[in-house]
Amino acid sequence: MKKMTGAQAIIECLKKENVDVVFGYPGGAVLTLYDELYLSDFPHVLPRHEQGAVHAADGYARSTGKVGVCIATSGPGATNLITGIATAYMDSIPLVLITGQVALSLLGRDSFQEADIRGITTPITKHNFLIKDVKDIPKAMKAAFYIARSGRPGPVLIDVPKNIFAEELAFEYPECIQIRGYKPIVEGDKAVIDAVCNELQSAKKPLFFIGGGVNLSDTSALMRDLVAYTGVPTVSSLMGLGSISSNDPHFFGMIGMHGSYAGNMATTETDLLVGIGARFDDRVTGKLEEFAPKAKVIHFDIDPAEINKNVRSYIRVIADLKWSLAELANKIKERPSEAWQKQFMPWHHQLVAWQKEHPLAYSRQTNRILPQAAIEKISELTQGNAIVVTDVGQNQMWTAQFYSFKNPRSLLTSGGLGTMGYGLPSALGAQVGNKHKKVVCICGDGGFMMNCQELMTIADLNLPVKIIILNNQSLGMVAQWQRAFYSGHYAHSNMATKADFVAISTAMGVPAIRLEHKDELDTVLREVMNSEGPCLVDIRIPEEEDVLPMVPAGSGLHKMIMGDWQ
Amino acid sequence: MKHTLAVLTENKPGVLTHISGLISRRDFNIESITAGYTEESDMTRITIVVDADDEYELEQVVNQLSKLIDVIKIIDLTGQDRVHRELAMIKVKALPANRAEIVNLVEIFRAHIVDVSKETMIIELTGEEDKIEAICELLNDYGIIEIVRTGKIAICRGPKAAKDV
Ligand SMILES: Cc1ncc(C[n+]2csc(CCOP(=O)(O)OP(=O)(O)O)c2C)c(N)n1
Repeated sequence: MKKMTGAQAIIECLKKENVDVVFGYPGGAVLTLYDELYLSDFPHVLPRHEQGAVHAADGYARSTGKVGVCIATSGPGATNLITGIATAYMDSIPLVLITGQVALSLLGRDSFQEADIRGITTPITKHNFLIKDVKDIPKAMKAAFYIARSGRPGPVLIDVPKNIFAEELAFEYPECIQIRGYKPIVEGDKAVIDAVCNELQSAKKPLFFIGGGVNLSDTSALMRDLVAYTGVPTVSSLMGLGSISSNDPHFFGMIGMHGSYAGNMATTETDLLVGIGARFDDRVTGKLEEFAPKAKVIHFDIDPAEINKNVRSYIRVIADLKWSLAELANKIKERPSEAWQKQFMPWHHQLVAWQKEHPLAYSRQTNRILPQAAIEKISELTQGNAIVVTDVGQNQMWTAQFYSFKNPRSLLTSGGLGTMGYGLPSALGAQVGNKHKKVVCICGDGGFMMNCQELMTIADLNLPVKIIILNNQSLGMVAQWQRAFYSGHYAHSNMATKADFVAISTAMGVPAIRLEHKDELDTVLREVMNSEGPCLVDIRIPEEEDVLPMVPAGSGLHKMIMGDWQ
Repeated sequence: MKHTLAVLTENKPGVLTHISGLISRRDFNIESITAGYTEESDMTRITIVVDADDEYELEQVVNQLSKLIDVIKIIDLTGQDRVHRELAMIKVKALPANRAEIVNLVEIFRAHIVDVSKETMIIELTGEEDKIEAICELLNDYGIIEIVRTGKIAICRGPKAAKDV
């Protein structure tokens, strides 16, 4: 057994877990660890704010499917991670966070840069550890990675007191790990799959509803296969986008607050709603009593606590989707589909008709650039193959509506927490994890400002991220609500100083361009998308453009506010 | 309806707060919560009495708690053949004139007098909740100064340990 220090041990564990990069920010409590990173030349990315580091690790994890790793110092370094941890927790993203802590002898005495990070992160981590003995490092690291990536993934935090980094241990990495209270579910009950098949076969208006779980469990291929074989109309949540191609003839878009007309109507009329890796968030369901009121609900999920949390299910399939979707596909293929497909053909036609009558569209005549048009153009230029990262607000919803996603894990967005400032750092993390893919970050002017310091990181690493600001010179989504529900009182949704983003960007080392004229949209975006390095485009869009359709919070999904042109 | 849950957890700092925090997050009321070591020194048993409106609510409490890595097992003891007890200590005014009556009461309830001063007594009683309620009500007439109760603990009858069911 090799003798090494705690800091060396942590790096050794990272290597054992095949971690190829960490995102972090140094400080007193983690200096010993940083010295080891230096000596071992371990790949490290330095974002300009710890919130940037954790969102970057998150973007890396979402886009690659690997565990994102993030390091921060004690106290303020650690507390700066909170928003990012909560963001990852809500969207079930596997992260391992290593925080420095004051030395054990100083713990609990309000020492310099002390914060009870375990206490603070208890409700927003899947699990957390405080290392009190250097010998526990290998076991805790092994457990942290195992817990973060298995079952329903999530963030795990390891808090390491400063003195522990320097103490010595005889290093041995455990082969496997046994945790009494943690037995992630893999396989489910085969009899239940039979029951699901029977329900599918007798339904007249079946609907698949895909959630983020399909992206996270890498079961997009299984899902596509299932949809192709059964022909069952399919909708998705924001987090489910990309797991099935937006252009699939059986796909009818996103449902929920800004869902498509066809999708929301289908949800209201279906007699069998099959939720797959979805958690029935209130942004999806609208008023619970009016959600899928005619349907039996079948719920596929790896987390038993999701069953009946929001929507009562008639059949529950608790298992890893890798098991349950494969099992369902096998079972259903024993039954020739033509006959029973006939019985829901009228239903399929109905959805197509809804889609034709009320497409996602925009046709307001204006000589300004409309955000929807910009996103369609980006979609066209990248052929739906980019990794698209959004911020939060109107920019996020327009992207969800107008970008044609082709691949799983190609939309990175803060769905559960709705974290402004997520976009830019997450895009940088995604680009670090996907050197050869096109990464496009779409954000609003408000959210861009929240972590715009990461431009510098992007410039430093010369990451070819394309940053698109849909600049309506206001907090667009807030303003939209104020227009709709607060008599147009624009209370603090307008920023008085109109910052010059092109100047900010170039000052931080990222070339930038302003785009104001409709006739330049194609050429400028084409040039930017084909450019080598990073680039920012500040697109001026009309201030009063709304995201529509919209279901007012607390209404049934069928009560959509539509645009005149929809 | 009230439910009694036995929660077996790792014996680690922070577990109790985590559990109570998780339950109160959805605004479920914890009627009582008690924790102590078990036959295995690295395992704690927490007995929680919660008030859940319906089976779905209870299912949520149990499922959410089950998610915690440090929770080894949860058993709903409600409706099972079980023995449950609570310990209470009651400090009551006991003027010489009333002493005999109080001693009588204590005997009837099979409680104990664990301390006596010139004007007060401390009475210790274990029993089911209603037994404790009943003695408190009677002692009220003499003037109760202070009550401490541990909250309920419960154990199933039969040969098996909860962790093995
Ligand atoms: C950290 C954070 N603070 C506040 C909000 C509330 N919020 C949601 S959307 C929005 C406006 C976003 O404006 P902008 O970034 O300009 O994007 P737009 O809606 O205009 O596309 C705000 C303030 C939030 N989601 N996150």
